[in-house]
Amino acid sequence: MKYLEEFRDGEIAQRIAAEIRQITTRPWAIMEVCGGQTHSILRNGIDQLLPPEIELIHGPGCPVCVTPLEMIDKALAIAARPEVTFCSFGDMLRVPGTDRDLFRVKSEGGDVRVVYSPLDAVALARKHPEKQVVFFGIGFETTAPANAMAVHVARREGLRNFSMLVSHVLVPPAIDAIMRSPTNRVQAFLAAGHVCSVMGFWQYPPLATQHRVPIVITGFEPLDVLEGIRRTVRQLEAGDARVENAYERVVTFDGNAPAQALLEEVFAETDRAWRGIGVIPKSGWRLSDAYADYDAEHRFDVRDIRTVESPRCRAGEVLQGSIKPTECEAFGRECTPRAPLGATMVSSEGACAAYFNYGRVVQLERVVSA
Amino acid sequence: MSAVLPETTAPAVTPSFDAWTCPMPLRDYPTIVLGHGGGGQLSAELVEHLFLPALGGADPAALADSAVLTLPGSRIAYSTDSFVVRPLIFPGGSIGTLAVHGTVNDLAMSGATPIALSVGFILEEGLPMATLARIVHDLGAAAREAGVRIVTGDTKVVERGHGDGIYINTSGIGVVPPGREIGPTRVSVGDVILVSGTIGDHGMAIMSQREGLEFETTIQSDSAALHTLVGALLDAAPGTRALRDPTRGGVASSLNEIARASNIGLVVREEAVPVRPAVRAACELLGLDPFFVANEGKLLAIVPAAEATAALAAMHAHPLGRDAAIIGEAVDSHPGMLVGRTGIGARRVITMQIGEQLPRIC
Repeated sequence: MKYLEEFRDGEIAQRIAAEIRQITTRPWAIMEVCGGQTHSILRNGIDQLLPPEIELIHGPGCPVCVTPLEMIDKALAIAARPEVTFCSFGDMLRVPGTDRDLFRVKSEGGDVRVVYSPLDAVALARKHPEKQVVFFGIGFETTAPANAMAVHVARREGLRNFSMLVSHVLVPPAIDAIMRSPTNRVQAFLAAGHVCSVMGFWQYPPLATQHRVPIVITGFEPLDVLEGIRRTVRQLEAGDARVENAYERVVTFDGNAPAQALLEEVFAETDRAWRGIGVIPKSGWRLSDAYADYDAEHRFDVRDIRTVESPRCRAGEVLQGSIKPTECEAFGRECTPRAPLGATMVSSEGACAAYFNYGRVVQLERVVSA
Repeated sequence: MSAVLPETTAPAVTPSFDAWTCPMPLRDYPTIVLGHGGGGQLSAELVEHLFLPALGGADPAALADSAVLTLPGSRIAYSTDSFVVRPLIFPGGSIGTLAVHGTVNDLAMSGATPIALSVGFILEEGLPMATLARIVHDLGAAAREAGVRIVTGDTKVVERGHGDGIYINTSGIGVVPPGREIGPTRVSVGDVILVSGTIGDHGMAIMSQREGLEFETTIQSDSAALHTLVGALLDAAPGTRALRDPTRGGVASSLNEIARASNIGLVVREEAVPVRPAVRAACELLGLDPFFVANEGKLLAIVPAAEATAALAAMHAHPLGRDAAIIGEAVDSHPGMLVGRTGIGARRVITMQIGEQLPRIC
């Protein structure tokens, strides 16, 4: 497979890792923003190649994990309605709401479907005019263009039975919020490559300058991640705080202009609650006023939702990088991928699930060598 | 239906469905109706005109309530499996071929030579007769090819909306030769893990059909009966410790089961595991891991290190084992766990998946 295998080469990986070990003189805390990077780091064991001075902090970039509980509960309420066909990305089905998840709604008779593209949901709406088809539009800037296109197409075709429950979140305001946090330990960021493929990286230089923090646009294959770390460490060791693009085969400074134009038309900035973190100003997108008719929150009355988060779940601290998943007392005990307390234990991009699935080898080694 | 079929295996035929027309009097019913499960005239016609000819025994006089079989030896392997796959027909097979291969392979993994199968159909009212005919002919052809007889069966029809077209259950019996002991508890440190070919083919063939994904090449299911491959393997490596066909849950689940049952650590070199480029690409696209994707014509074998070369050669010489590879070994650390060596030289624990694999969002 071209353009993947080349970026998984074990020898080159060892070489980059050796260089990182060589240039590292003191401890650094680096946050990989995107859940896809967390997944890759643990799936491939990239952290095992790094010197002990480098600490990787897992960022809030798992869209499933940060979708607020209130939004999940709204989704559950809408999906349970008899006239609704509720479409979602697969990950979302197992995310716990206050008292159940979408799998449970499905087993109780709700028409809940996994789709791979929001346009598949539009096609369902076209085919079933008797149903109200709702798509759960979540994610970062990466998934936003396809979601915007779905709403755009629905309006163009006058599909009155399609709507979207929108809970989009944005990376730059999250980086800003993390750097402003009084407990912040992050000294550099691996920025999310796929987000930047859409948005470019023109939004990042002011953040790097203002917070004096290196930001390196980084991809997802093992060599991409290692190269991102290498460039980050080089900046940290030199006292630099610049934006660098280590994912040049995909990302340009300006990004995807037609996609950005569509996003501008379909969405509007809004304050957004991040699950486990709280409200971050102007950190999300909602449907713009021109598309308000397609907003599922308006179409279905779901205002009186009462949410109760599990008191045992410390996902918020995990998402902000204040604790490792294994430091949570519920981790691996009452909270497992089979029975998750919080969303971070659900998606394979969620830090807790990634630790549970891939991370145990480290603990295992300790047991074996003891 | 219940049938004792003649002791001779019916001559193999290659059915073609392009020209298939429903024989009288079935053509009066283009779809299954409730009466086909009622035990009356319609049931009898279905058995006589479709099931018996397709499944290899055309002698209606052989019908009886149970099959009486004469078996060599006294060690009998006995297995059952139910089939609910959707779509019913997919590249490389159908629910009919799976119904034979699934149970034959379960028998083969205990070292048994499969002898006879039962088949139970649960049909949904409204199932097109042509679809049923295709599936039943597939089932008969797969059984003949595997050299296993279908000796008894049953049909029920449920109301429309109470089934998914067709469900099939098969049970099978096989004979285990004296002295043949295969099981995960026999695995010991130093043993070698082999896989008989590329992994993930069946699961991705189904997934690509179900999700309407189009790739440049069609991914074919690997559905196949593995007992002759097992025979060749056991001739070459008589010390073979454990065999598994990694169906649902894939290679990861089967190796985890072996690791747990033996309480021995297993290590797999991920790069050594053969995966077709199209399957790998489809998995990347959907956010799936081929280690967890189902196979229907592959086996995992754990053999003593001294027999590994012979085992691999025997697999390579068999049509179903051409892509066989040595993928790992049993080790004296992390007992009961499966560890993957990643391409960049690090390690990860490979756990069993929870329920179905969910596609990742991005």
